[in-house]
Amino acid sequence: MATTEILKTTNLQKSFSGIIAAEDINISVKEGEIIGIIGANGAGKTVFVNMITGYLKPTSGSIEFNGKNITGIKPREATHIGVCRSFQVSQVFMSMTVKQNLMIAMSLSKKSGSALLDPIDDDILSKQCDKILKQYNIMKQKDLVVSTLSQGMRKLLDIAMAVVGNPKILLLDEPTSGVSVEEKFGIMDIVISALKESGTTVLFVEHDMEIVERYVDRVMAFYQGQIICDAPPKQALKDKKVIQYVLG
Amino acid sequence: MFKGILKEQTIQVGIGFVFIVVLLGTFILPEWMSNNFMYGLSRGLAVLGLMILWRTNLVSFGHALYYGFGAYAVAMAQKYLGVTDVFLRVIIAIAAAGLLGFVLGFILRRYREIFFAMLSLAFSMVLYGLLAKAEFLGSTDGMSISPSTMFGFELGRFGLFYFIGFVVILSLIFAHAYLRSSLGHLTTAIMDNEIRVEYLGYSVEKAIHIKYVISACLAGGAGGLMAAALGQVDPDSMVLWSVSGELVFVTIMAGLGNILAPFVGAIFFEFIRTYAYEFAPQAWQMIIGGTLLAIIFFLPGGLWSLFQKINPFKKEKK
Ligand SMILES: Nc1ncnc2c1ncn2[C@@H]1O[C@H](COP(=O)(O)OP(=O)(O)OP(=O)(O)O)[C@@H](O)[C@H]1O
Ligand SMILES: [Mg+2]
Repeated sequence: MATTEILKTTNLQKSFSGIIAAEDINISVKEGEIIGIIGANGAGKTVFVNMITGYLKPTSGSIEFNGKNITGIKPREATHIGVCRSFQVSQVFMSMTVKQNLMIAMSLSKKSGSALLDPIDDDILSKQCDKILKQYNIMKQKDLVVSTLSQGMRKLLDIAMAVVGNPKILLLDEPTSGVSVEEKFGIMDIVISALKESGTTVLFVEHDMEIVERYVDRVMAFYQGQIICDAPPKQALKDKKVIQYVLG
Repeated sequence: MFKGILKEQTIQVGIGFVFIVVLLGTFILPEWMSNNFMYGLSRGLAVLGLMILWRTNLVSFGHALYYGFGAYAVAMAQKYLGVTDVFLRVIIAIAAAGLLGFVLGFILRRYREIFFAMLSLAFSMVLYGLLAKAEFLGSTDGMSISPSTMFGFELGRFGLFYFIGFVVILSLIFAHAYLRSSLGHLTTAIMDNEIRVEYLGYSVEKAIHIKYVISACLAGGAGGLMAAALGQVDPDSMVLWSVSGELVFVTIMAGLGNILAPFVGAIFFEFIRTYAYEFAPQAWQMIIGGTLLAIIFFLPGGLWSLFQKINPFKKEKK
């Protein structure tokens, strides 16, 4: 595994009119690492993801990506430099079909300038799209309108749409919430193996400790806006504070 | 951008439609009827512009701003530069409206829903006020437009009709090329989920701005053609809020289903207006209002949905 530092935060803090949602967040993530973010409801996990990906501006502190300060960038700038995400509540185009969703995502990531004026449904893109649909096991649903899909399918699509942008680092906010127990491991197998192959660094928020144990290299546990434990999963899941504030 | 576009069914049907309208208008129908076709075809461009915005849930209550600006650009080009060439007229109208749309777009692209609608209306009222006060442009009386020429020869009514048909076909091709492109697909995507579009790396505001300029160009082109067709521009029939209202009206009536719908709707509107005015000079607005109500209740997808029901080759939405 490469050992270059890809993401670093320094004294990151976020407050909403008095409520502190993130405090003194100091992390360092190495390229290729897979990190699980755990914590009870309201612990500040989503706020953390939102700050890294430009959805929220930190109140103070800084974020560095590949040695460059990216504090307070816009979401689309984050996407351009390779900081991508999925959402706790899937953000997909509900009125369109699965394939249309993915085609838009792919054409925006692969084309720029005047190429964006070319027809969206060209053969090459369409073939690549089918490949990804197969990989994510949503080929059968490709012509269904997204609003008719199950939560789990939407999550998968949401993740696939983030992954086609070739992220260097991907933040997944609860990729398996709302997904049935039988589907959970299937989804994570698909996603994690695809990302490992491309060497993408992954941070994912997860409530299911079985998933955490199985896939991550390291765990960051959040409690009341702070990181109370940052360690490999074996160690973290036995940590007293983690047991008391996260698992308890 | 235009690769293979002439092979697309929407365009083939569109070209056929324009041909039929132009032939009917020039060879078969009496003049008053043919005028309805000519005006409907021209104003359909502005409705098309409105429809393109509408597909992103942006409704402009002030699109007569660009329609009137295009028309007055033709008037000013005639007065100060002596331009009567029909190509130049349309290009000037489109360019002027596009430029204005580009400038105002920086403001409007930040607004949505009712704020967007009302801000558009406000801008159009400012232009109305300016034009009504502008002595050098004939204030409320407006200006007359001399007959259009092409390569130095006078064009005549038929010639102008053909030319309008030509411009409409080009616009259909352009609009279709835009809507089928990646950028055009953002149209519905933005309406659906702006956050996702931003996270796909594209600026929602930029996409709306581009769309807004296209829409302004179409409305400006419509104004330029109407100035030439009517031989007259004046603030009340070109820029007043009621003109914008009519455009919105026709857009709803026509439906958003297809790029041809605006032209069908605009021609239909010219006809009901003419007939309503003839049969009930006092109550023609009531008849028009009643028509709209009937369409909203019985054909929620607009007139176009009627075509889709009886269409022999079921159309894809474009
Ligand atoms: N936009 C906001 N305005 C005000 N308070 C907010 C906002 N977003 C988050 N918060 C608060 O910040 C805290 C952390 O919220 P966050 O959404 O990060 O929790 P979480 O760890 O993701 O929880 P969950 O597991 O329920 O998703 C909560 O107390 C929440 O109420
Ligand atoms: Mg959350």
